Amino acid sequence: MAVTRPYEAPRVGHGDRYDHGSVLLAGQPAHRTRIRPRDLAGKDVALIAVTALAAYCVVWITFYQLTLLSGQVGFILCWVGSFLVLYYVVNLLVSGRRVAADRAVAALITVGGLCLFTPLVLIVIYLFAKGARFLSFHLLVASQQGVEETCIPGFPCTKPGVLNALVGTAEQIGLATLIGVPAGVLTAVYLNEVGGRFTQAVRVIVTSMSGVPAILAGAFVYAFWITGFLHQGFSGFAGALALTVILLPTVCRGTEEVLRIVPNDLREASTALAAPQWRTVWSVVLPTARSGLVTAVLLAIAVALGETAPLLLTIFGSAALNVNPFNGPQMAMPLLVFQEVHKPLQSDINLAYAAALALFLMVFTLFVVARVLSSDWLGNRVRASMNKRRSTKARAAREGGS
Amino acid sequence: MTTILESLPSEHPRSAGPPVPIKTNTKRDITDNIFRLVVKASGGATFVVLFAIGFFLFWQALPAFRHMGWAFFTTSEFHTQGANAKFGVKAALYGSIVVALVAIVVAVPVSLSAALFINEYAPRSVFGRVPLRSFLISTIDLMAAVPSIIYGLWGLYVLQPYIARIAHWLSVHLAFIPIFRVTPGTTVFTGSYLIAGILVAIMIMPIVTSISREIISLTPGGEREGALALGATRARVIGSVVLPFAKGGMVGAVMLGMGRALGEAIAVELVLALSFGTSIQLNSSGVTIASLIANRFGAGGTYGFSSLLACGFVLFVFTLAVNLIASTIVSRSRRA
Repeated sequence: MAVTRPYEAPRVGHGDRYDHGSVLLAGQPAHRTRIRPRDLAGKDVALIAVTALAAYCVVWITFYQLTLLSGQVGFILCWVGSFLVLYYVVNLLVSGRRVAADRAVAALITVGGLCLFTPLVLIVIYLFAKGARFLSFHLLVASQQGVEETCIPGFPCTKPGVLNALVGTAEQIGLATLIGVPAGVLTAVYLNEVGGRFTQAVRVIVTSMSGVPAILAGAFVYAFWITGFLHQGFSGFAGALALTVILLPTVCRGTEEVLRIVPNDLREASTALAAPQWRTVWSVVLPTARSGLVTAVLLAIAVALGETAPLLLTIFGSAALNVNPFNGPQMAMPLLVFQEVHKPLQSDINLAYAAALALFLMVFTLFVVARVLSSDWLGNRVRASMNKRRSTKARAAREGGS
Repeated sequence: MTTILESLPSEHPRSAGPPVPIKTNTKRDITDNIFRLVVKASGGATFVVLFAIGFFLFWQALPAFRHMGWAFFTTSEFHTQGANAKFGVKAALYGSIVVALVAIVVAVPVSLSAALFINEYAPRSVFGRVPLRSFLISTIDLMAAVPSIIYGLWGLYVLQPYIARIAHWLSVHLAFIPIFRVTPGTTVFTGSYLIAGILVAIMIMPIVTSISREIISLTPGGEREGALALGATRARVIGSVVLPFAKGGMVGAVMLGMGRALGEAIAVELVLALSFGTSIQLNSSGVTIASLIANRFGAGGTYGFSSLLACGFVLFVFTLAVNLIASTIVSRSRRA
């Protein structure tokens, strides 16, 4: 937690981390301590800790002993609330009104900020606690057909797996990527490179498309492809079409943001070399934006991977393995979780937990890969090693040729 | 006075005749024309897709609209079977708005303080090595990518029991506020608007936070430093420089979040107990348009699907309007 410190005269100390040159003081070389308003001194930490402890005690007495309330969430809410009040009062007594108000706001904002991240932590813990036990290699090789409770005693009996859902998800996401990513990138190229009279209108359309509720994407494909218009029936491809509606605007907006930061000099240089525009886009703009593009696409796929609502109305779900995405109902990971959770048996719910954890891990992996590729820290390292390899190869070719 | 220039033309090989302009080929390459055509077509395809979504929803919903007429908007119940089918969007639309409003009320304080925390208070890096700020930003992106079914599971089995206790406490101690009042004997504090709203709030927090954070980070540094130089504390800088600057954009961010909240289907369907009332009490069960579609899909009936698509069309128009207003506000404040 960051606090603002009241102004203090520069302290003079020895062996400090912030050594900004020595200042001559009474003939002795000394180190000047750098004071930043964000730094937390031991005093401040102690103040926070003592206040928190005091608030805990007060709330414990009133909550459990005097008013006989119960419940962890209520207790924590009361604790945080009384901590904030107490913190303000203590600072009011110690440092005065201005500092107290400033610190109270800082504490309030920090607590609020931490509130945002609490659900993610809790969800991850919950998923692992419930699902980790049921993750096994068997999940990957068996489909949902042949469920335990329908087994006749004495006959070999297979436990259910998620193979049907994995295959379905892979095919649907693959097809959606095949359609959605080129379309999204081309639309972004239109918005940022080519342009025209309708640029602003297309941008508005893409924005509103990304706001279309996911379930309506499914309803649209149902009305257009499955029954009303084309009568194609449920299939994995219909699911892919619905996912495309989700994927396209996400890819387009991500790509446009990346293309915008490609320096204009590169485009002008390419044009000056008499390259047609498609050459400029294909050989200069897109390669320059490559890592950002990959990140944008992977993030969009990660979001699409977890969408249940558009699949609910389009692939219908099937317990048997169906490898053909163009014919008959298919299953997908999120839909499997959704359907199994609605079943009464504990074994089904356990399967749902295992599938939910697997789904989360898939999304998380994609996410981490996307971030690593785009981050300065590792991305640069990867890129540098690639460049090094390329240049050594080029040098070897040169030396071999000469 | 003769200059060197005057003497030059006679020696220049091209000066024999009248001056000839250099011909440059300014016509576009045929490949370039094809390229522009393809790119423009894909831009136009987005028009077609969005238009097609609206058109096909409306077209397939026509039987339902014809059957009910304007009463579709004033009917709460939802019986789609037979010739005497009676259904309407009133309860579902009401539920969608209530859940979205609860979500906004819960999400805005948290999102706002998280955005301020990341931009104003969180150290850029911890221990000089861990880039805390960018780590927090990508964590928010990850939260936005967590599947809604997982939020739904967690909300159903973990969040609900805790919220139910708080809801009970509210109904006992804050019963003088109508929205927290409970009709005796009707509610068990689960599957309510309140719980669905809080769950949806958790789901829209990442998007609201990341947009408001982006807008807050655009606050001009000069004004911020000026306020600091005048002796303002950091809280005052936030109050008098950052928030006034980011106000418009944050309204847009909240509306974008509201658009998401209106359209959330899966998590709400899991948590909210289905009923077709329009109770003002937050502890009562209800239905939203999106959860209605997820729940009743495949239920059959004479107007089974067309009634759902009619509700979907209402939702489509509603979210489109909310999103258009929101994105206009956001892009205007980004440019400013």
